[in-house]
Amino acid sequence: MENLLIIILVLMIIAALAAIHAKDLISAVIAQGFVGYGLVICFFLLKAPELALVQIVLETVTLIIILAVIYDSSMKEIGEPIGKRDIVTYSLSFVLVALFLYYFNKAIVGLNPFGEHTLRMSEMYVKEVLELTGSANLVKGVLWDFRGLDTLGEATVLFTAAMSVLVILRISGKKHQLTKK
Amino acid sequence: MEGMSIIVKKIVQLISALIFVFGMYSAIHGHINPGGGFAGGVLLSGAFILLIIAYGLDYFKLKQQTEATSIFESLSILIALLIAFSGLFAGSLYFFNNYFPAGTPGSLISGGLIPIYNVLIGVKVAATLSTIFFALIIYKEEIRR
Repeated sequence: MENLLIIILVLMIIAALAAIHAKDLISAVIAQGFVGYGLVICFFLLKAPELALVQIVLETVTLIIILAVIYDSSMKEIGEPIGKRDIVTYSLSFVLVALFLYYFNKAIVGLNPFGEHTLRMSEMYVKEVLELTGSANLVKGVLWDFRGLDTLGEATVLFTAAMSVLVILRISGKKHQLTKK
Repeated sequence: MEGMSIIVKKIVQLISALIFVFGMYSAIHGHINPGGGFAGGVLLSGAFILLIIAYGLDYFKLKQQTEATSIFESLSILIALLIAFSGLFAGSLYFFNNYFPAGTPGSLISGGLIPIYNVLIGVKVAATLSTIFFALIIYKEEIRR
């Protein structure tokens, strides 16, 4: 299973690079969809149907919204030639990637092998969720009982996003209509 | 936004109701099956987004619907917060206290307050995503006119 995961992850990285560099924006969106649905396959392989369901639904809705935006704005990417300033950016990013890989390699030496975990808290959750909350779905028991404040924060993020979209778009749209009259 | 062809309209008519029912099922049975409020809410809003994309903007009166969805969004998260606060006054004193009886695990009425939270967060997510989509579409129409 590890080899399958590695293949899917490498394909996902390639698709992400293709999404950045594609000239046609629709092919970029398709490549981005490959990244999302590859993540769904990874979640299924790691036995996490809860996350896979949320990911597959959200991925579909966001793809529909992005496609609707692309059909209305422009299909081609506006390319800019590489200038002198970009050379500094590229070299800096290579240095940062090398530093990140070095410290990442140092950090994973002390970890357990793949598939074995050492979290004492999660063992307690798995043993006692059914008894304490009565919820057959362990994930929902953790989300809405032990970790209720985390879920509340998640809901707050969504609420803030909707409010900011309403504030920016509705007010400027109304102003635009008023000035035209 | 113009509507699409008759084939797309017919297929969307058949499919969006199924998506809506599956979203409600996923939100209500969230404490038994995989799914839950978040996935169910996204499915509910996805049914509406499909309908709007297929039928165009003029078929629905969208300006009244943004107000309705933003009211529903605020109401559902407010009720969830009030239920969470009510845990402070019932039994032991902490936030998100699950003070309802647990029931038999696996049946529909079990898990104390968890199904109620699931349904509320489902309504909230559906209303939020629909609000964002409606706001985007109405803005575009207003710019174009």
